[in-house]
Amino acid sequence: MRLEIERVAVAISSRRIVEDVSLTVAPGEIVGLIGPNGSGKSTLLRALYRMLRPAAGIVRLGGDDVWQLSARDSARRTGVVVQEMPSDFEFTVAEVAQMGRTPHKGMLAQDTQADAQIVTAALRRVAMDGFAERQFSTLSGGEKQRVLVARALAQEPKFLVLDEPTNHLDIHYQLEILELVRSLGITTLVTLHDLSLAAAYCQRLYLLRAGQIVAAGTPEQVLTPELLREVFLVDAVVGRHPVTGALHLAFMPRQQHREQAE
Amino acid sequence: MSVSRAATTDRQTTQGPSAAAARFWLLVPILLVALVAAIVAAVAVGAVPLPFEKVVRIIVNHLLPNLTTVDWTPTEDQIVWQFRLPRVLLAVIVGAALTVSGTALQAMVRNPLADPYIFGVSSGASVAAVAVITLGSAAVGGLSLSFAAFLGALASMVLVYVLAQQGGRAAPTRLVLAGVAIGYVLSAVTSYLVLRTATPGGGAAAVLTWLAGSLGGAKWEYLGVPSLAVTVSTVLLMLQARPLNALLAGEETAIGLGVNVERFRFQLFAVTSLMVGTVVAISGAIGFVGLMIPHIVRLLVGSDHRRVLPIGALLGGVYLVLVDLVGRTIIAPQELPVGIVTAAVGGPFFIWLMRQRRAGGGA
Repeated sequence: MRLEIERVAVAISSRRIVEDVSLTVAPGEIVGLIGPNGSGKSTLLRALYRMLRPAAGIVRLGGDDVWQLSARDSARRTGVVVQEMPSDFEFTVAEVAQMGRTPHKGMLAQDTQADAQIVTAALRRVAMDGFAERQFSTLSGGEKQRVLVARALAQEPKFLVLDEPTNHLDIHYQLEILELVRSLGITTLVTLHDLSLAAAYCQRLYLLRAGQIVAAGTPEQVLTPELLREVFLVDAVVGRHPVTGALHLAFMPRQQHREQAE
Repeated sequence: MSVSRAATTDRQTTQGPSAAAARFWLLVPILLVALVAAIVAAVAVGAVPLPFEKVVRIIVNHLLPNLTTVDWTPTEDQIVWQFRLPRVLLAVIVGAALTVSGTALQAMVRNPLADPYIFGVSSGASVAAVAVITLGSAAVGGLSLSFAAFLGALASMVLVYVLAQQGGRAAPTRLVLAGVAIGYVLSAVTSYLVLRTATPGGGAAAVLTWLAGSLGGAKWEYLGVPSLAVTVSTVLLMLQARPLNALLAGEETAIGLGVNVERFRFQLFAVTSLMVGTVVAISGAIGFVGLMIPHIVRLLVGSDHRRVLPIGALLGGVYLVLVDLVGRTIIAPQELPVGIVTAAVGGPFFIWLMRQRRAGGGA
């Protein structure tokens, strides 16, 4: 399902966090949203899954304005994985994954065999089907993240929004999650702070600074030493991964910037 | 968590019903039987003890006349049907209402310490009730005690909800804080009203009994409205079990799962206000039930509201019937307000439970 964001602005408490952003994600494409802390990545995503209503512009998914759909219809199209963990209340892994069926079920609807199969398949997809009866809170960070992906998959989404899915994960799990996302073949918009991971797993990148897009294109086009210096305030050596051949970055603090600051 | 626990849980797969679901289907019949047994026992025990079998036949005779031979005195009939049964049924209604609303409010504000009185509902009801007791009904426009308390409860809840609004939304933290603040202010008003009239025979005992929560005033004619309100509200909440689960997992999660969170929070607020306001109006603010029973239920059947709400309604009803029975008999012929017993029994039990749970490692 194609995502088209046209000239979207998002404000929090009347302060514009995102300004005049346009981007597209083609069906089946994985597109990365990168930018320094506070550049508005998560805020922009929130306008897609109906957490924050845009102050201007339009978000189209499969041709329809997301904000004209009902909350439920929107959730049937868009699966969301955000940095929010079930808190003091205990849910089992199976119960967390079952929540993904929420937008598909009416008030009186019971869980059917089909729902159970979808949930089981989603857990199997993330290799967590052996953990169904475990309490979610007893899982490791990587396992939790996989279960949250399974919940999004149980929504049977046509579009996935992932907000820093690799946060707080060991490198092994970072790669595992992104490999998983790539294997799904679902249209995906993902924020990543690790630029080498973004380069390795995203077909295209949008670079955000202070709420505006300053560059867009393939990783090779966006992750240039010049743009990295300007936006992330680092000096970078852009090379190739010795084995995979993917774009690879090595950083050092930006000397000139430091001297200016002092 | 222990190694053995990990080993046993890992072996289970998603095939077949989960352990929590199995416990649910075991608990439903057990609690239904327990509820009937508790009702019969509570009606049988008292200053005039009656045999269980006779109690059952008296009740059945009222529901289905001419099924048994009447071999009891009119006084016994009156004790069962007029005095004891309404009180016991009120305990069922109030216990169910407090548990169900406590469960929903804990999900609504996503806080395990939330209880049915979190929006200042008990302090609002108290001010109105104490005003009626100490100043007389005329001072509040001739309202009955229950109706005044109901209006007081609703007024404070609405006030809290309005005060917590910011930019068209009522965030959980602001709701809780506004509830605490309003609660303190209204408690101060209540204290002032009590002190003002703290003369011998000034109704201080009546006030204290009301504040602690008591089921003593139960009559058949008081049961209709609350049982209707509680039944309707409970059914409405059960229909919203999935969105409640999503909300308990988090606000962003719920939105991502297609729950219109703002509208849903308001619905929860409206339904629980109605339910809590109605029962507080008759029984006063009985503490601990609505905080504690939801947690006990979650330990038994997990956090899924499709299981928590029905089990909670049953267990809350059974619990309050038994606790009121204790309150009536423990220092007979005097009566201990049920609120004192719930706190005295519930507090230590809850602490025990909490420590058990921590030792068990999570679940």
